[in-house]
Amino acid sequence: MSRFVSGIRKNAQAVGDWVDARLPVSKTWREHLSEYYAPKNFNFWYFFGSLAILVLVNQLLTGIWLTMFYTPNAEMAFSSVEFIMRDVEWGWLIRYMHSTGASFFFIVVYLHMFRALLYGSYRKPRELIWVLGVFILLVLMAEAFMGYVLPWGQMSYWGAQVIISLFGAVPFVGDVLVEWIRGDYMIANATLNRFFALHVVALPIALLGLVVLHIVALHEVGSNNPDGIEIKDKLDAKGRPLDGIPFHPYYTVKDLFGVGFFLMIFAFIIFFAPEFGGFFLEADNFVPADPLVTPEHIVPVWYFTPFYAMLRAVPDKFFGVVTMGAAIFVLFFLPWLDRSPVKSLRYKGWPSKIMLALFVVAFVRLGMLALGDGTPIQTFESRVWTVYYFGFFLVMPFVTRLEKTKPEPERVTS
Amino acid sequence: MSETDSLASIQPPEDPGRRRLLTWTTGVVGAVGAGFALWPFAASWKPSAKARLIGAPIEVNISELQPGQMLRVVWRGQTIGILRRNERMLNDLPRLDDKLADPDSKVVSQQPEYAQNTARAIRPEYLVLNLHCTHLGCIPNLLPEAEAQSFDAQWRGGVFCPCHRSKFDLAGRVYRGVPAQLNMLVPPYHFIDDSNVMIGVDPEGAA
Repeated sequence: MSRFVSGIRKNAQAVGDWVDARLPVSKTWREHLSEYYAPKNFNFWYFFGSLAILVLVNQLLTGIWLTMFYTPNAEMAFSSVEFIMRDVEWGWLIRYMHSTGASFFFIVVYLHMFRALLYGSYRKPRELIWVLGVFILLVLMAEAFMGYVLPWGQMSYWGAQVIISLFGAVPFVGDVLVEWIRGDYMIANATLNRFFALHVVALPIALLGLVVLHIVALHEVGSNNPDGIEIKDKLDAKGRPLDGIPFHPYYTVKDLFGVGFFLMIFAFIIFFAPEFGGFFLEADNFVPADPLVTPEHIVPVWYFTPFYAMLRAVPDKFFGVVTMGAAIFVLFFLPWLDRSPVKSLRYKGWPSKIMLALFVVAFVRLGMLALGDGTPIQTFESRVWTVYYFGFFLVMPFVTRLEKTKPEPERVTS
Repeated sequence: MSETDSLASIQPPEDPGRRRLLTWTTGVVGAVGAGFALWPFAASWKPSAKARLIGAPIEVNISELQPGQMLRVVWRGQTIGILRRNERMLNDLPRLDDKLADPDSKVVSQQPEYAQNTARAIRPEYLVLNLHCTHLGCIPNLLPEAEAQSFDAQWRGGVFCPCHRSKFDLAGRVYRGVPAQLNMLVPPYHFIDDSNVMIGVDPEGAA
């Protein structure tokens, strides 16, 4: 028996060596998993990177399956989605996994970004990881918007109408640009077809490429940690970080635990509240697109609401669009706006802590205000938080340089 | 593994047996869960409720059908023929036995039990037959008259496939020495009354 097993092992070893001499399989495994040393003090906030990959896989898999049953045609799109919901075996589950996955993608990504803000993960030498991450967010937003158009319900149609009209704010060429994006004099079959192609082919390819770059860049410089100190500064005799542990098996196991917990919540919503009270799927989108009737209340899906509130807060079409775009664009500069001698909020001064807390409040309040009716008080509050949103970034260089910080520890704390 | 074990930041497990058990049970439970998760994706490829509705049994009125005539209907995308045979046709059937590959319809997959007889029918007069050739799925021509053909001088009426020259008699039984090996398929069917046939459902009480 043991001779039989050792024989199999020897042969497997030989096959493995043959492949390794031609394709760096074991090398990649070592560099990115078994000998990728991550700080040993990761906490709750470090679940969201691997969860984002999980959601991405969920979106790709369910998306491929939905494409098998969906018809990208203005006449048939709506009924083909109903066909998926009613006639395709398990089609309702596959679609709800996809639509709920879209919202969870943003939940996970926003929390992932908040982690970076907490511990200064965007700081040198991780600026590119952050910049690539902002690109991922941008592609994700385009992907989510175009995906929402595909069911060709009332919100699909009028959401597309509003968002595409934003491009009309571009000086001089606005109207031509809008017509070019639509491919018709209104939102029409041509629009649906190009959005379908972008949503299922072009943007997913871009997203996958960016995710690979994001991870390669991360593994090149190594992960940050809640203390914001470099574990590569303290090495053992073999050149391995004293405070590092191999990603596999230590963090694969930790992340699997997170995956289990995440899937429980994810499954609960898919099975019991897939529309999530109109936040994930809006009631108006269960009505077929009608170019003659605008729904009473056009609100974007929750993950766009903070930016939508900024658009509404500005009493000018052009500057409203500029403000909304700038809210994302400003994120690119974050690595160079933070001038603090320490990375982690743990060792920054109280002004930084209050500012970040208020930034979270601003983001959440803006999201809530976008759902309101736009009373004068709400508009005023939206303006206050919009100003704060940008103020957070603009005063950051001064606050982080001037405030009193605590000394960073020599080694990571548990 | 042995190299990483010497890392200062890692303590070896106190009880390796316990860890092994936990690893395996987690793996097995996870694999079962993954299997369940894959099922909806596989099952979604089955014919949808819409396809199954289109594939539902159909009712055919045969009251206008005259002896020697055939009615063609489509059921599940297959052309189904209902041939009303006359006396001459029915009498010729047993005489052809020695030219056929399976005169007694012994291949059970090709007809329901209630059609496993000389006429391959519930009522000998009416033949209900899936018209697709059992070779490669063409629809053969019906040549019902007993007259000499270029491919058979002693033709007693039957079905001839133009694709690869397979021959069948007027009960859909295949001739010997042609590309097709199996008798033509008799679908499940039953008589609702004397003038209506239901195709796609066995008679009550039949398997």
